[in-house]
Amino acid sequence: MFIVKYIKDVFSGIKSLLVGMRRTGYYFTHHKEIITEQYPDNRDTLVMADRFKGEVVLLHDENNEHACTGCTACELACPNATIKIVTKFDITPEGKKKKALDKFVYHLELCTMCNLCIIACPTDAIKMAQTFEHSVYDRAELTKILNKPDSKIREGVE
Amino acid sequence: MWSLTNISTGIHDWLIQTFNPTWALIIEMVIAGIAVIGLFAVLGLVLVLMERRVAAWMQIRLGPNRVGPFGLLQSAADTVKLLVKEGMTPDGADKFLFNLAPFIAMMVAMLLMVPIAFAKDFQLWDLNIGVLYVSAVSSIMVISILMAGWASNNKYSLMGAMRSGAQIVSYELSAGLSILTIVVLTGSLNINDIIIAQADGWWIFKGHIPVIISFVIFIIAVTAETNRAPFDLAEAESELTSGFHTEYSGMKFALFFLAEYINVFIVCAIGATLFLGGWMPFHIGNWESFNHVMDYIPSSIWFFGKTFFLIFVIMWFRWTFPRLRIDQLLNLEWRYLLPISMFNLLLATAIAILGWHF
Amino acid sequence: MFRETEIVKDVSSIPPFPQDAVQGGGGAGDLIINVGPQHPATHGVLHLVITLNGETIKKVEPHLGYIHRSIEKMCESLTYRQFIYVTSRMDYLSAHINNHACALCVEKGMQIEVPDRAQVIRVIMDELTRIASHELWWGAMAMDIGAFTPFFHAFREREKINEIMEETCGARLTMNYYVPGGLRADMHPDFQKKVKEFIVLFKRKIDEYDELVTGNIIFINRMKGVGMLSKEDAVSFGCSGPAARGSGVHCDIRKLYPYAVYDKVEFDEILETGCDSLARYMVRIREMKQSVRIIEQLIDHIPEGDFQAKTKAVLKLPKGEFYTRVETARGELGVYIVSEGATTPYRIKFRSPGFSNLSALDSMARGSKLGDLVAMMGTLDLVIPDIDR
Repeated sequence: MFIVKYIKDVFSGIKSLLVGMRRTGYYFTHHKEIITEQYPDNRDTLVMADRFKGEVVLLHDENNEHACTGCTACELACPNATIKIVTKFDITPEGKKKKALDKFVYHLELCTMCNLCIIACPTDAIKMAQTFEHSVYDRAELTKILNKPDSKIREGVE
Repeated sequence: MWSLTNISTGIHDWLIQTFNPTWALIIEMVIAGIAVIGLFAVLGLVLVLMERRVAAWMQIRLGPNRVGPFGLLQSAADTVKLLVKEGMTPDGADKFLFNLAPFIAMMVAMLLMVPIAFAKDFQLWDLNIGVLYVSAVSSIMVISILMAGWASNNKYSLMGAMRSGAQIVSYELSAGLSILTIVVLTGSLNINDIIIAQADGWWIFKGHIPVIISFVIFIIAVTAETNRAPFDLAEAESELTSGFHTEYSGMKFALFFLAEYINVFIVCAIGATLFLGGWMPFHIGNWESFNHVMDYIPSSIWFFGKTFFLIFVIMWFRWTFPRLRIDQLLNLEWRYLLPISMFNLLLATAIAILGWHF
Repeated sequence: MFRETEIVKDVSSIPPFPQDAVQGGGGAGDLIINVGPQHPATHGVLHLVITLNGETIKKVEPHLGYIHRSIEKMCESLTYRQFIYVTSRMDYLSAHINNHACALCVEKGMQIEVPDRAQVIRVIMDELTRIASHELWWGAMAMDIGAFTPFFHAFREREKINEIMEETCGARLTMNYYVPGGLRADMHPDFQKKVKEFIVLFKRKIDEYDELVTGNIIFINRMKGVGMLSKEDAVSFGCSGPAARGSGVHCDIRKLYPYAVYDKVEFDEILETGCDSLARYMVRIREMKQSVRIIEQLIDHIPEGDFQAKTKAVLKLPKGEFYTRVETARGELGVYIVSEGATTPYRIKFRSPGFSNLSALDSMARGSKLGDLVAMMGTLDLVIPDIDR
């Protein structure tokens, strides 16, 4: 029957709309379901995952020593030329010349956080830090020198 | 009792005593004009904030909460932003019509304020054809939209305008027919008479099924008439970017935006007046003591409470449903709403003649 | 006011589309509008030149190239370890699966045996990615047809997947977790627990999706009979993935050419025969449930062992041509490497699903309304960087 089908259509249509409205109505009244994270306010409690790739850092210990030998494995592994290793020659006590790290230049603005440098590093000198607030007013500030001033290579790292 | 009625009568009496009647009338008109503009501004701010909050809560978000306490000043900040923004007029646009359109939209919204009874005896003009006036004036809205879409010289705007032309003209029919249901039952076009007729119960309760059907149809039709989702084809963000107001910016855009919300308020006010008794408190038949308790709540609170409830329902629609397609929109009107409301009107007339309503 | 003639004059004076080139369009009453490259419905920088007659579409012409980054050319100068990370940027919603395809191709060339543990984790990750991608598609498509709320509801569950990814891979979108020979790192100790929690949550929430969108009468009417893509057309346009399976084309690479451990798990290839937008929609919704099924089978049976095979420090593919394909969230992704025996590929070509699927848009859209075009693009699930690369 045409009329019966017509009325059925109308009612099933209205029912399907009401089902959707019940769902949104549920969320309208249940504020516990709200998932908004109020980011700058929750900075103190915000914990990033321990593997989160924020930026590359060169690890220094308390004696201001790092483990980078200046082997440029990371520089070679990097697909974007983010890392530039500048080396110098130290004179060892025996009087020999030894290649050492002068500057670990890191271009954060080029980095895609692909983690390949960390894998490539033979001495585990670098790692990914969990920082993520990288915005600065000048692009030049994103080019960082990772080794601290007067730092030197840790004893025994070859 | 402290109510809008007493304030208005007080001012009126004072003016009559202090000035001669002509001046008193002129001053009253100025006051009314300022009051309407003030109401506009307040309503715009409140409704925008309300919409954003409703949307946010339905979308499991918090909504605006940065500007002022609980984000209450958010829409004020938005207004300031829109005011200082440059109002661009596109090069190829018809400059006169382009700049005129938002004002027509505003003017229509302002004119619609005239017959609305905000509280007991608190009305700009007790028009004896109030309902007819509202449905007549509200159809001028389409002119401003067509004008905006045409004058923008933008294909998206033009399409939005054409869509909204077809839409508003069709949906006016079923909105008008569902209003007629109440007019038939009351026997008057006067808004005050309609409200007085609901003193022993609102029409939606005492009018049986036909009134409920016409209420549902009315809500659907006015949602379409005010271009709100799921009938926001004139704007259709994902299809036409912003439809008829794509080219508008700054305050001209804000006027359209404001007019949309004011229109929503007005149609909801009309809906509340016709079906939910306007400022009439919740009365049940002969329960004198209960009715008396209800009368203690000021009539303006009843009116705004009902209106905002309907506004909430329309917002609820917007944040739940997907948009219709243009042919489905017209199908819905001509194949479902119009036949149903015509049949419904017959039923209501029968009820009115036989006196079957309570 | 003779504005109409002005508009027509404007149309005919657009240089790149001479009237005779616009088949089935370009008449005096036709309106040519440019949807995109900046348009809310194209989800990126896709440029569609649409010939309209009133609201009816006469022709759709996609213009590409706005986000071309020459990834294929870039890959030629990167070593086999390095180039995988670039592919995350093609179809950024299924980054893991892109990486998987590249890793598979290199492993095929180098004949590396990937440990079982790595393979199982890869499949779990792939399926999580597929769910995340479909979630985003679901929200974005609902937004295309005018419902805003589903977008946020979809992101709520997607966020859980992102958190799992972040914990194990260290990133939320461009993970670079797969390396030739296995995985970059072992899974996080909490991985299994988190995934199980997610599955419990997701099974509950997917019913809400049906309440909110799938059952909705407006939605069904917008989708049914819209954007018809016949089985023959789907095959001849080279469509793949849910777009083709909605037309009943048996094309799931996971079933046809199983890789990793897909031949050891039980799941159904979802086929719908509706050929319309609703069919494509239902394929994706049902596919999410199948992905959950795959994860459920594997999550408790991750074998012990290495997560990475022993490989040489410098990878050199032998001289020759290598091709692998995987099923991404959007369809078949092929990786074709020509090697001259050097450390970098001589030539790389990606067969991206989005490009082929987009080519069917014109024949689907003709004769339907402008609003339908948006729904069609939604159900094709176009990711523009995947089309342009």
